[in-house]
Amino acid sequence: MCLGIPMRVTEINENKAICEQSGTRVEAYIDMLDDVRIGDYVLIHAGFAIKKLSEEDATETIRLLSEVLSQDTR
Amino acid sequence: MKPDISGIIEGIKRLTPKKRVRIMEVCGTHTVAIAKSGIKDILPEEIKLVSGPGCPVCVTPQEYIDRAIWLSKQKDIIITTFGDLMRVPGTEESLSSAKAEGADIRVLYSPAGAVEIARENPSKTVVFLAVGFETTIPTITGTLEIAIREKIKNLFILCAHKIVPPALEVLASSEDLMIDGFILPGHVSAVIGIRPYEFLSRIHRKACAISGFEPYQILEAIFLILRQISGNQFRIANPYNSTVDYEGNTKAQKSISRFFIPSDSVWRGIGNIPSSGLALREEFSYFDIGTRISFPDIQSREPKGCRCGDVLKGIIEPSECPLFGKVCTYENPVGACMVSSEGSCAAYYRYRKKL
Repeated sequence: MCLGIPMRVTEINENKAICEQSGTRVEAYIDMLDDVRIGDYVLIHAGFAIKKLSEEDATETIRLLSEVLSQDTR
Repeated sequence: MKPDISGIIEGIKRLTPKKRVRIMEVCGTHTVAIAKSGIKDILPEEIKLVSGPGCPVCVTPQEYIDRAIWLSKQKDIIITTFGDLMRVPGTEESLSSAKAEGADIRVLYSPAGAVEIARENPSKTVVFLAVGFETTIPTITGTLEIAIREKIKNLFILCAHKIVPPALEVLASSEDLMIDGFILPGHVSAVIGIRPYEFLSRIHRKACAISGFEPYQILEAIFLILRQISGNQFRIANPYNSTVDYEGNTKAQKSISRFFIPSDSVWRGIGNIPSSGLALREEFSYFDIGTRISFPDIQSREPKGCRCGDVLKGIIEPSECPLFGKVCTYENPVGACMVSSEGSCAAYYRYRKKL
């Protein structure tokens, strides 16, 4: 139940936005976010955009992983 | 850029200690992803993944379901609900069977749909069954804001919202459970941010990572948890920072505190957890169906033999329940954890057990 879908905002009409992902279009309320613009990626859950998304996950894991993998094996 | 999955698995193997490590995936959607992807089969045997209570439908107590069913049978009431609640067995029956008998129960994708139903049915009392964690709560407060704006007077909620961090406090403090680390729910965290979890690493010295729902993201979280355990340094790792940041969605948080105050709340299987629920503030109590209708004293009972409570606390695996797979199946569920598609029992039954 606690699962949102990342979608791209393609139209904004007052407090609602049309959002698209892989050919699926939904209308969602954007009342829970400030400053939503066309082209933004948002997380949609139960008809509301609940979070603006940023570009990419951090590369921290990749750094830590290369640290661990470069150590001698046990 | 995604980390290479075979690299993560190798990293996990290298960091796995000789002693057993117990990691709880808190969120029901993680439980499903783990069961479906077969992650448990590729982890070293020292790593034990334990399912937590993060399925809102599963932790909703029997009394709530019974009240909702009772309400659905009253005159001029329309019940609106997320589909997940429909098949949950109450003491005598489910919402689904009440609907088959003629109750006006409507399944909605969004709670905002209840505003429209209320507008179209001014002589009826429309009740939304407000169940869910922090991911869902802003969609309810958003709906109440729309109802206020549109001067809708016949929309109410039956509230059973729960918030995650107080339950984590109970689980982290449990000596029976002996959890070493938590995989934290990605979309609850999108709303609440990282701050509310910090007590887990600072006070309880638990290794934590926030995770998305793809198998590689769950493996990534396990790697980051093991890394903390091996270095004996604990924090809330957030590899899912496209979606989760430190502050979370502050506008949604403000909306939640505008309408609700923390209250004690009963979790199925765990019991009452102080400040783990939400109650409408006095100035918005007119949205509470309990202020309009008095509920009778309903004697609720859990299904006989059902061990959902122990499954939700991570004390037993679903297959250790005597009913699992015998009288309790996904097709004919007895307990809430088998009903909800993200319940632990349903996840085990559908993806792990060949019966």
